[in-house]
Amino acid sequence: MSPVSPVIERGTAISRIAAIAVAVIIALLAIAPQALSAGAIDRMTALFIYVILAAMWNALAGFGGLVSVGQQVFFGLGAYLAIRLADAGLNPFLALFASGIIVGLVSWPLSLVMLRLRNGEFAIGMWVIAALTHLLVNLDRLVQGETGTSLISLNVYDAGTRRVTIYWLALASMSALLAILFGLLRGSTGAAIRAIRDNEDAAASVGVRVTGTKRLLFVLAAFGIGIAGALWLATSITFQPKTYFNVQWTAYMIFMVLVGGIGTFEGAILGAVVFFLIETWFGGTGVWYLVGLGAIAVLFSLFLPRGLWGTIEERFGLRLLPVGYRVTFPGNTPANDGTAPSLEGTTQLQEKA
Amino acid sequence: MNGSAKAAILRAAGIDKRFGALVVLDGVDFTMGADEAVGIVGPNGAGKTTLLSVLSGAYPPSAGTVAFKGGDVTALSATQRCRLGLVRTHQVPKPFSGMTAFENVFVAASHGAGLQRDEAYEEALGSLNLCGMLGIANRRAETLGLLDRKRLELARALAARPTLLLLDEIGGGLTDGEASELVGTIKELRRRKIGIVWIEHIVHILLQVAERLICMDAGKIIADGEPHAVMADPQVIRAYLGGGPK
Repeated sequence: MSPVSPVIERGTAISRIAAIAVAVIIALLAIAPQALSAGAIDRMTALFIYVILAAMWNALAGFGGLVSVGQQVFFGLGAYLAIRLADAGLNPFLALFASGIIVGLVSWPLSLVMLRLRNGEFAIGMWVIAALTHLLVNLDRLVQGETGTSLISLNVYDAGTRRVTIYWLALASMSALLAILFGLLRGSTGAAIRAIRDNEDAAASVGVRVTGTKRLLFVLAAFGIGIAGALWLATSITFQPKTYFNVQWTAYMIFMVLVGGIGTFEGAILGAVVFFLIETWFGGTGVWYLVGLGAIAVLFSLFLPRGLWGTIEERFGLRLLPVGYRVTFPGNTPANDGTAPSLEGTTQLQEKA
Repeated sequence: MNGSAKAAILRAAGIDKRFGALVVLDGVDFTMGADEAVGIVGPNGAGKTTLLSVLSGAYPPSAGTVAFKGGDVTALSATQRCRLGLVRTHQVPKPFSGMTAFENVFVAASHGAGLQRDEAYEEALGSLNLCGMLGIANRRAETLGLLDRKRLELARALAARPTLLLLDEIGGGLTDGEASELVGTIKELRRRKIGIVWIEHIVHILLQVAERLICMDAGKIIADGEPHAVMADPQVIRAYLGGGPK
């Protein structure tokens, strides 16, 4: 073995500062409603939901390689089941989370079928599932077809309490889901998830349980997006199936992840913030807003395929919330860092043996 | 001499593999002992890689059974076989491109060998070191050249702690110096009592490690035994050089 024994590094000084900063930001956001106007509180709630959506789609596609264009099925189901549970007499706030759990449970048997499909088949198959689920939900008399219904039981709370409560619930959900996701992706399961994305056969050949790992990710993403759908229902009160089961939700998720940086934990969050800002500033411009979104997506995929964060990470080697592993040789110059712009094609062995 | 039947670690019996009308493996019987190093040679299209894939569980045979460590593993997936200690490398390297070399190997150590944290780190670093890759541990696999991708295949398979390692042309395209380095690595594995099945076109490399040689042609084993005797077998010479009907 080598005289200098290498050490595995999971974080850097900067990432430790970032972790503290994240905690501080969440704490500040928790007390922010006191300083924010009613409209701003609603907007921030929307941002938290966007972050959940982006992080979940990024985990599924960016880390797990499971590109889906039908994630709106879980968004719609999350909202629909919350309506159903509240109608059955459950406290509306509790119904939001119970609904997310049921969406996760429903996604389990769905995964048995869907995870047999690969790549494009999976992506389109999910869209078909979403369209089918939309039609089935329309059959429910409570929903009254496309007329829709409302989460009426929320109206017993006064508008102010309701607004702040939903804000906190969204903030707590976002924080908890990001924490779960970070823990999962940072652990050895996360390494397996990325291995499956890069080469499923090779992953199986070195002992990774491919289907089980994919299922875990699929169910977690369904759960998260289900919660997001239920929270969205809570903010808007009304439920119209075609709004919730609309493919635009997945389009937004893809936009946020592509712009932010697919396959990086920070990227999805950044992408959600960018999307939120674009929507805040230009959302009122109607059709041109959508044209602009499309144009931005095209420009990013052409010129910044790794997205904002992917580019920053590559250029500056900056990692705020790292999920990977670095090998370092203590007491020596830092090991040849492969991500630095050293683009030598040939092997440059730095044997320590 | 055809593998010590008493301590057989791997026993494949009556293996057929057909892809549609194409018969790639045709009644292959293959048994090897726990501590053997077996080389497999044969012309292109002989079915060598397909045999490895059937043994490793990458695809099921059309007929026949595979037993490993005394148990029937025919119905087991590649994942399960790897965890039992039957691990392969790929002829065309299949790295996890978006992950670093270390992360590639770490996946095998934590999932294939079932090791936790520090133990997995140690195993992964040891495998990288053995394959001379410690200095490029942080390079993303997609930035590696072919030689390093082949080394990574080997390092990754090793980190899964195999008892039997199936190697598929890991020596192709190496210079003499690189080849002798590779032979050194394989000899180290032999010292660790890891059984080896090695498909290789470069026979002189193979002969430095293999104690037994198998020659395949058209989906069948046509010769099996002491390496030099196999290479001198008229059927083997005919398979390589072509010629009249057998």
